[in-house]
Amino acid sequence: MASLKDLKNRISSVRSTQKITKAMQMVAASKLRRAQEQAEAARPYSERMERMMGSLTANLMSADDAPKLMAGTGKDDVHLLIVATSERGLCGGFNSSIVRAARAKIQILLGEGKTVKVMSVGKKGTDALKRNYSQYFVDSVDMSGIKKLTFADAHPVSDSINAMFEAGDFDVCTIFYNKFVTVMEQVVTEQQLVPLPMEKPDDAVSAEDSNLAYEFEPEEDEILAELLPRNMAVQIYRALLENAASEQGARMSAMDNATRNAGDMIDKLNIVYNRTRQAKITSELIEIISGAEAV
Amino acid sequence: MSDKVSFELVSPEKLLLSEDCEMVVVPGTEGDFGVLAGHAPMISSIRPGVIEVHEGSNVTHRLFVSGGLAEVTNERLTVLAEEALPVEDFDAADLDQRIKDAGEDLEDAKTDEGRHKAEATIALLTEMRAAI
Repeated sequence: MASLKDLKNRISSVRSTQKITKAMQMVAASKLRRAQEQAEAARPYSERMERMMGSLTANLMSADDAPKLMAGTGKDDVHLLIVATSERGLCGGFNSSIVRAARAKIQILLGEGKTVKVMSVGKKGTDALKRNYSQYFVDSVDMSGIKKLTFADAHPVSDSINAMFEAGDFDVCTIFYNKFVTVMEQVVTEQQLVPLPMEKPDDAVSAEDSNLAYEFEPEEDEILAELLPRNMAVQIYRALLENAASEQGARMSAMDNATRNAGDMIDKLNIVYNRTRQAKITSELIEIISGAEAV
Repeated sequence: MSDKVSFELVSPEKLLLSEDCEMVVVPGTEGDFGVLAGHAPMISSIRPGVIEVHEGSNVTHRLFVSGGLAEVTNERLTVLAEEALPVEDFDAADLDQRIKDAGEDLEDAKTDEGRHKAEATIALLTEMRAAI
């Protein structure tokens, strides 16, 4: 049986852990709000971008000389996986679920005899994937030190992807990130970036839009050449924003659980403490009484 | 058809401006163009320069964009800008200083890449300075 002093120490240590988790939860809650606002603010741009892409690609898709970044190289031998994770731990299953999904995908691709290349964004995913797949790593981007994600932060990632594609280093590019649904729920999402997944023009609006004959200034292909890399950056920026919001959400709920668990533990320890104290008093009493009787 | 064009200026970080206005002048790569309601559909890229929003005979907004794309349809104009800043926020002295700094960078640059970058920065800053 642990002594009273031990129990007391234990309780106070659990209590200070609870304070820390509580603080982390509150920090995550306020960061989450900011991240959500940012993700929301970025939405109009990507929506407009999609609309523009839609009207451009509708005209061009049939053409044989469609840019490769959009239509793909026509092969799918070399896959580039971009795995976006967080810089810090203590956020529940956030990182492990992304890493698990990426791992499963790598296994499938390797099983099919494809070549796999991995590029990771964020320290946690880099560490976890390097353990098994370090030979496939082409690059890892460190996002630590970035407090507030800006569009410029997405550029290094998209630039290196574009450069690799131009060099013919991969055929298909997929990004893994956590999509923010609610605070409690984040969904691991894999999104294909190259070639661009084409939506069917079943929408009445898009059909109407694509009927408009646009004039292009300068030429169509020049605009596309400018638009496509930018679209890549926007997609990555959006994925990173979603990821940032998800991370804070995951951390918030993980820390909420931890705080609650610590509370339960304190209650249980208190009961044990009280019982031990009572037992000690009783045994002392018995000693005194039996001592008195003996005299 | 209304006689106003609904103008939206968005940067990747947020929706900067969304309003109905009479005319917007956009610095296209192949020359400035004004957009009024009923403009023919067009997609154009943008060079660094100033977007002017006209209301009657007044200019209500002047915004500097560092590049991007504009989409024009009959009733709307959407500008996807890399970066957009209101011209009022510019500080001439600060810009001069930055141009000077960039000039020094250009002299110090050893690689071609560094030189190109510095040149691009100078060009951008000079445009910004000219916009004031």
